[in-house]
Amino acid sequence: MIITTSKPFEEVLKQLEGEDKVFIIGCGLCSTTCETGGEEQVAEMKTKLEAEGKTVTGTIVYDEVCHELNTKRKFRENKEAVESADGFLVMTCGAGCQSVRESTEKGVHPANNTVFLGNILRQGNFTEKCSLCGDCVLEDFGAICPVTRCHKGILNGPCGGTDEGKCETDKEKDCGWTLIYNQLEKMGKLDRFQRIYGLKNWQASMKPGRVIFEKKGEGGE
Amino acid sequence: MEKHVKPGIKEIMESGTFLVSGEIGPPKGTDIDEMIEHIDLLKDKVHAMNITDNQSSVMRYPSLGTALIILEHGGEPNLQVTCRDRNRLAIEADLLFAYTRGVRSVLCLTGDSVPVGDHKEAKAVFDCESVQLLQLIRNMEEGKDSGGNELKGGVEFYKGAIVTPEAHPIEPQMLKFAKKIEAGAQWFQTQAVYDMDNFKRFMEKARKIDDKVKICAGLVLLTSMGAIKYMNANVPGVFVPDNLVQEMADAPKGEALNTGIRIMARQIRQCIDEKLCDGVHIMAIGKEGVVPQILDEAGVDISKM
Repeated sequence: MIITTSKPFEEVLKQLEGEDKVFIIGCGLCSTTCETGGEEQVAEMKTKLEAEGKTVTGTIVYDEVCHELNTKRKFRENKEAVESADGFLVMTCGAGCQSVRESTEKGVHPANNTVFLGNILRQGNFTEKCSLCGDCVLEDFGAICPVTRCHKGILNGPCGGTDEGKCETDKEKDCGWTLIYNQLEKMGKLDRFQRIYGLKNWQASMKPGRVIFEKKGEGGE
Repeated sequence: MEKHVKPGIKEIMESGTFLVSGEIGPPKGTDIDEMIEHIDLLKDKVHAMNITDNQSSVMRYPSLGTALIILEHGGEPNLQVTCRDRNRLAIEADLLFAYTRGVRSVLCLTGDSVPVGDHKEAKAVFDCESVQLLQLIRNMEEGKDSGGNELKGGVEFYKGAIVTPEAHPIEPQMLKFAKKIEAGAQWFQTQAVYDMDNFKRFMEKARKIDDKVKICAGLVLLTSMGAIKYMNANVPGVFVPDNLVQEMADAPKGEALNTGIRIMARQIRQCIDEKLCDGVHIMAIGKEGVVPQILDEAGVDISKM
């Protein structure tokens, strides 16, 4: 899931300077779970903006704001409210916000900061375990990712800064390499730890990423 | 190419001489007068001087520039290279330059993390890390850069690395120590050791892994009780044992530094007399001026070694 946090309301207000009529968009998936853009937060934002003298022409929360065709369809369905707005406040991740950009020439403003691809530990408690590096090494490290869970992303064992299984950057954070060592030891696979990993291909997923699947049946009879 | 006034670290180590090295911490700014004083003071007292590379992720005068200054002043530099601030292209280019100017010894480090330093919002690089850096240099020595391209004129460095005897748990560190040797490390400096019994146990483990690789004990000068408390609480992999804490606490007012000097002199002597390791690396952390006094008290004169 994409983890987002809310920008301070003052920053949101500043973004909307000169745009008095605002349409608010939330997402039914990730930002609903993060409580940064679900029905409740969108309603709350509407109230706060109205208290600041803004007119909210409409609000909408739907699944996959990042789906650009879907977003265009939602714009058509809400034609009147959309057309009367000066700008759009998007309470989703950065992908959702840019999906909205493809549907309008008016102001598009992010209400959230997009933080990472996260695992849900429990409601409201998220942690990053994958950095989307494009060249998965989980098989070699007992399904614990050193690229993400070691602060330095190193591939050949812990740095000297690790202490009692914690990271030098934060005593509350586990040292990824201690986790990997313990896991490989449990599995009887410390030989994987002993292997030297050469320089990583950091361009395996080159920005901006792009994947196009061939349609099944295309080019056939 | 700069002319070497002194034998390099490799020659000293391979001749079986007990290596005594010091450390130069470059300043934060262009006023390098004090650093040059330290270089002049140490160049005949130690075999070589490490130059820290933006140590603790605090931006400073560059290690490579300082290595050249040490050579100009007739000293022997040990160039520290961290992977935090440069990608593989920049590291390789720096190494080519260092080699052409006479640098012959490189200490390979991953580097501290950015948020512990004074540029907390900087983008960290870590394109490679210590083990891969050792491999990268070995490839360069074989005439290839890390892109697999031929070099016109190669390099040959004495490749050093770091190991942390006080790390908990120690097992992953020992596995990494072995990997560093496999990747090309010819010698090691340890992170700070104070507990000499623990250091002995570490050396036994290390010798079991490889009985030929050279290992120098890293000794950090104790200067005050405040510094000890700070290190024990905040510096991972550094532990000052109770007996030394007590010895420092018992020092009369104004005598803390002298007590620290006495402790380090004793540790150096012990390393030599008991043949614990192949050398010592003295880290005086801003008190470089007292290194000659430490060596006097330890009865160490490199011209007679």
